Parts: sequence; structure tokens; C-alpha cells
Amino acid sequence: MPENPAGTLTAPEKPAKQKPGGTLYRGREGMWSWVLHRITGVAIYFFLLVHILDTSLVRVSPEAYNAVIGTYQTPIMGLGEVALVGAIVFHAFNGLRIILVDFWSWATRNQKVLFYVVIALWVLTMLAFVPRHLINVFSH
Amino acid sequence: MTVIDSPRTPARPARRSGVNLEKWGWVYMRASGVLLVVLIFGHLFVNLMVGEGVHAIDFGFVGGKWADPFWQWWDVLMLWLALIHGTNGMRTLVNDYTNPGMVQKVLKGALLVSAVVLLVLGTLVVFTFEPCPAGAPADLLPSFCPAA
Repeated sequence: MPENPAGTLTAPEKPAKQKPGGTLYRGREGMWSWVLHRITGVAIYFFLLVHILDTSLVRVSPEAYNAVIGTYQTPIMGLGEVALVGAIVFHAFNGLRIILVDFWSWATRNQKVLFYVVIALWVLTMLAFVPRHLINVFSH
Repeated sequence: MTVIDSPRTPARPARRSGVNLEKWGWVYMRASGVLLVVLIFGHLFVNLMVGEGVHAIDFGFVGGKWADPFWQWWDVLMLWLALIHGTNGMRTLVNDYTNPGMVQKVLKGALLVSAVVLLVLGTLVVFTFEPCPAGAPADLLPSFCPAA
């Protein structure tokens, strides 16, 4: 045992704490921003399909359009609109973060910081939107 | 023994000459994304934040907006940029989660067909819109209609 000089027996060092999950990749800010970007993107895509169709009803008749748009004004859909706007705002700010990471070396090195900037901007935007929207939804 | 490709092996080799469509798709996602931030934030602000927000939206509200070519072009530009951006994003997911083959072809075909149909439909709706349709109840029409 060349590490241990003769006569000095030391207790083995505590083994490094085993992290759970073994080799499973557990990403950090970069992975979670990617996951959220996908989920919000898919959600917005399917809303867009529906939204083009419901708006097209203006070409059918005023009654048909008003009947469908009236369902957007119920309390449950009002909460759904909060989720939709939340998804859009995250996708928008994180998309701008992706562009910065692609084109600007400082942003590439600091992509983790920029993820928290995206979260902060999302919180600020939602603070501006949600109270006003919920008052509109629930005051009728 | 089965040989497993390394993770970033492309399904088929990249084209060696001509237009690099994947590159232009990559550029499109970023260029349209920047424009869409402006267009969609403006759309959400005018339709959900101003005045009574979502409660003000009805046939008369849309008629009032699309009487102005500015909002017609705003909405048509938003339609084309957003639907192509979304369809191309969904194509990325299909590439990621399916293998080359019939299922993948059907999924991409469905994405293409739905995008083309909705682009044609939406564009026609915006530009052939009739804000004062004959015989409609006067109280549902925009205030500038003769019947209203």
C-alpha cells in the first residue's frame, strides 16, 4: 500500500455519496428549457388549429361566430386562457433565449443564467396579464 | 451482433449540393419566431387586455378590426408565420419520435395537408370577410353597418 506509510492505518474515506439513478441523464436548466419549449409548442400548435377554425365562423354567420366565441368567455375557458397565454409567453421568451444562445458566445456560456431571466420575465408578464384577465372573466 | 448507430447519426446522409432545406428551416424558425413575438403579443394585448378583454370579442369586434387593412394584414401575416412555424416544429417532433417508414410519412403528410388547408381557409376568410351580411340581426353587426 504505497499510499499509506508503514504503521499509519487510516480509516477508509467515506465513499462518495451515490447519486440515485445511476447513468440516467438528469439535465439541468438546458434540458428543462428544452422540455418546456416542446410541451408549450405542441399545446400552442393544437390551439392554433382550433383557433383558425373558430375564427373562420365569421364567414358563416354572426350567430355562429358569437355562439362559439361565447364559450371562450366562460370561467373555465378563462382559466384555460391563462394557461394558453402562459405557454405562449414562455415559448416566446425561451425562443428569444435560444436565438441569443445560437448567435452570441456570451449567451452560449451563460445559457443557465438566461433561463432564469426567461423565468423572471415570464413571472413579470403574467403578473401584468393574469389579474386583469381574471377580473374581465369573473366580473361578468 | 446488432450494431447501434451513434446517437447523432442522421437517418439519411445530408445532400451534398443544392439548397440546404434543413438550414433554411432552422433560419425560418428564428426569423419567424422574432416576428411572431411582436405579432402575437400585439394580438393578445389588443384582444385580451384592452377594455373588457375577452368579453368584448364578438362578430362586431372582428368586423371592426377587419374593416381596417392594417389588422387584416396583421392577422394574415400572423396566420402564415405561426402555422408554418408550428407545422415545422411538429415535423421536428415526428422526426425525433418516429422511425423512417410509413407511419412517419403519414404523420408528415397529415401535417402538410392540415397546414395547407388552414392557410387557404384562413386567408380566404380574412380577405373575403363581409362585415355587414344581408339579413343578419342588426344588433350583432358592427356599428358602421347601414343596418345597425
